[in-house]
Amino acid sequence: MAFLEINHLVKDFGAQRVVKDFNLSVEKGEFVSFLGPSGCGKTTVLRMIAGFETPSSGHILVDGRDMVKLKPNQRNMGMVFQAYALFPNMTVAQNIAFGLKVAGKSSSDIQATVKEMLSLIKLEELGERYPFQLSGGQQQRVALARALAVKPTLLLLDEPLSALDAKIRVSLREEIRSIQRNLGITTIFVTHDQEEALSISDRIVVMYQGKADQIGTPFEIYNRPATRFVASFVGTINVLEAQVVEPSTGQVNLADQTLHLQRALPQTHGNSVSLALRPETVVLGNSRSVVLNGMVQEVSFLGSVIRLRISIGSQSLSMDGFNQPNTQPPSIGQSVQISFEPNDVLVLADA
Amino acid sequence: MSNSLTVHQRTTLSWAWLGVLPFLLFALLFLILPTLNIVIGAFQNPEGNFTLENIANLFKPSILDSYWISIKISLASALLGCIAGFLIAVAVVLGGLPRFIRSPIMTFSGVASNFAGVPLAFAFIATLGRVGLVTVLLRDWLGFNLYGTGFNILSFWGLTLTYLFFQIPLMILIITPALDGLKREWREAAAMLGASGFQYWRMVALPILWPALLGTFALLFANSFGAVATAYALTGSSLSIVPILLFAQIRGDVLHDPHLGYALAFGMILITMVANGLYLWMRARSERWMK
Amino acid sequence: MKISFLQRFSSWIILLLGILYFALPLLGTFEFSLRMKRGEYSLEAYRVILSDSRFQQTFSFSVMMALLTIVLGVLLIVPTAYWVRLKLPRWRPIIEFITLLPLVIPAIVIVFGYIRLYNTSSWLPLTGSSFGTDILMVCGYTTLALPYMYRAVDTGLRTLDIATLTEAAEILGANKITILFRVILPNVTVAILSGAFLTFAIVIGEFVFAALLNRPAFGPYMQLVGANRAYEPAALAIIAFGITWMCMGLIQLVTRLQKHTRIQAPR
Repeated sequence: MAFLEINHLVKDFGAQRVVKDFNLSVEKGEFVSFLGPSGCGKTTVLRMIAGFETPSSGHILVDGRDMVKLKPNQRNMGMVFQAYALFPNMTVAQNIAFGLKVAGKSSSDIQATVKEMLSLIKLEELGERYPFQLSGGQQQRVALARALAVKPTLLLLDEPLSALDAKIRVSLREEIRSIQRNLGITTIFVTHDQEEALSISDRIVVMYQGKADQIGTPFEIYNRPATRFVASFVGTINVLEAQVVEPSTGQVNLADQTLHLQRALPQTHGNSVSLALRPETVVLGNSRSVVLNGMVQEVSFLGSVIRLRISIGSQSLSMDGFNQPNTQPPSIGQSVQISFEPNDVLVLADA
Repeated sequence: MSNSLTVHQRTTLSWAWLGVLPFLLFALLFLILPTLNIVIGAFQNPEGNFTLENIANLFKPSILDSYWISIKISLASALLGCIAGFLIAVAVVLGGLPRFIRSPIMTFSGVASNFAGVPLAFAFIATLGRVGLVTVLLRDWLGFNLYGTGFNILSFWGLTLTYLFFQIPLMILIITPALDGLKREWREAAAMLGASGFQYWRMVALPILWPALLGTFALLFANSFGAVATAYALTGSSLSIVPILLFAQIRGDVLHDPHLGYALAFGMILITMVANGLYLWMRARSERWMK
Repeated sequence: MKISFLQRFSSWIILLLGILYFALPLLGTFEFSLRMKRGEYSLEAYRVILSDSRFQQTFSFSVMMALLTIVLGVLLIVPTAYWVRLKLPRWRPIIEFITLLPLVIPAIVIVFGYIRLYNTSSWLPLTGSSFGTDILMVCGYTTLALPYMYRAVDTGLRTLDIATLTEAAEILGANKITILFRVILPNVTVAILSGAFLTFAIVIGEFVFAALLNRPAFGPYMQLVGANRAYEPAALAIIAFGITWMCMGLIQLVTRLQKHTRIQAPR
């Protein structure tokens, strides 16, 4: 049995079902992200794990123990909030000591742990400061230290980086990840930022309308999205509509051009099919096995990457190529050939 | 920045204060000078020379008693007003009562906190006077003789109970925003760290609210200390609190010493000033945290 | 966060006790006011009060005082608050401190000062004539209303971007007075009205100033009735409560209307 088991979790708010049959197993020491747009139910699941919401049905087991009946203060978990939530009347050191004090630890124990935690978050000098004297990034590190000081079984992070500046967001997420690895603490991280989830997680749960659409490693989620929603929510993807000509060999017709996908398709002859393609899998020229003719519609120079928008009949797709100092990008209106490998193409299930 | 612009700004700035001159003149004539006049009078003898005798005379037992009763009533009504107002505000903001009752309670608090003075006294006489509704109901329904217990609406506790009618709503009006300022996450963070509800209130919520509570207490104290009309209409001159004594002094020099009257007023200013100073200081402290 | 049954239950108890404390005096007063005729409930006390010529005189006198106070207050405070926001931001703490003083200095002390400063043998013998006393009383009431008026107006101005509005109007050729009356004033109407209704509620039943300056106002009249009659004071209390309630209701009303009409400062 996994360290954290969530079985058939359901939550209704009034007549509205915000979490529908949510299942998840998390191994000890794993870093799992809940990713999804706002209102997808990710925060509600987190709050049920924490104990702030009671599930309408279902079980939450930590180390084999059912948590649902326990109050939040009996669960021994740590939580970091989006809005820092440091106690404004206490210094940094007092904030970190709070959980230990409540637990009735001796003052020498408390002092030692506070010192250890302050060095963990590299704020040894700021123990006597008040929260209002700290920057947002510093406050969130203190909040992390406060959550970790009680040696929780589970660390819950509720969009901890959303309130911070872009630069600090990146450095703090790396710091969180390295602290999490060192302590080996099982962590649930809620975010709506796909880049954040991809860069930090062992596994990602992509949530949509109260359900887990897909659970997998960042690599799987990005390269093999299971649903149309996952494909469109994680990263940029082109979706092209084509007509099936020959289902058994994967021959389709796209804007009067014939493509061989070299695999069997579930749709029958004459039906339309949605093909998804990441921009970085498409190249200029005919060096790959599936070739299309199109026209350059737009050229965006993004520095290291050049993004082209190519029109194919009435549809269009984006493609990314690295900047080559000695090669001019094509100009707008130019006719070009583009190509890609058939197994880079995802055939999306109908929505 | 060009030179001419700087010069232009400087000249407009130097005359800008003229815009507030009417206000300053008004404040001087109808607020500051009258008050200073009283304060100066407190330190003068009838011949106009400086003296501390008037201040010393405040410590006569009869006047000291007046101050003491005033302070006791103000303390009691401020303390009870704080506690009751706080409990009601907590019940309304955090206690799980339906949302729609909040707005009528805030409106009513606005009304009741301004419903002081003569009519308030009438209301309490009609309710808790010898033939008041509650007195009669207690007697006829429960066989309980309220006045048999020594209670009298014209007494210390009667006056305190009456003052609460504007003190409690004032507390509700001031403390509700402070309670709204308690973030849900603080409570949740405390719970996550193992704290019980009681520990959360003792270690987090009350310390955060403490400046606001203490400050509002000071404000309520000053509020009842300066109240004249309610007390006068309720008790006439049977309860010798400072504002009533001063009222009688202004009307007819009952102390037979005009300058003692000024000293009496000066004492009132001093006490309300300390109370309000405490309020402002505490408010500044609580705002510092709430950023 | 979940709220336990016990918490919810005690909240209801506290609320009910509160309602009891606040409803009983009002009910008691109302019931008492109906008891003037023996053996039956009647509106006799109200009839007696409303037909009392001294009621009519003192009440209209106090309404007059309240209206004059509001006018003087607006004329004094709106330009000052505007000017301080626009040109003298560094003066704000001083002006604010002055406006808060009437909360610190008891009204009875202020009126004591008036009597000493403006008596018949002084440099400005305002108390010498009833007209002069009335002026003094309006000034006194304006002083009492300062904290409420100033705060209401200043809060109203804060949500406007004064500097930008003023510059925009100046570019269009308006002078300062035009700006104040045509641009600023309409945008703080709600704040002014709120302050005005509150002022009205305070002034209408005010006792100390009127009694000590010996003016025939509604407050001393109520006190006089209270000292000599049994049932009429209760009727007066209900009337006074109704007026206060009406003023607060009007404040709520204009605040609610404001949401649709006001210029929003950019966030």
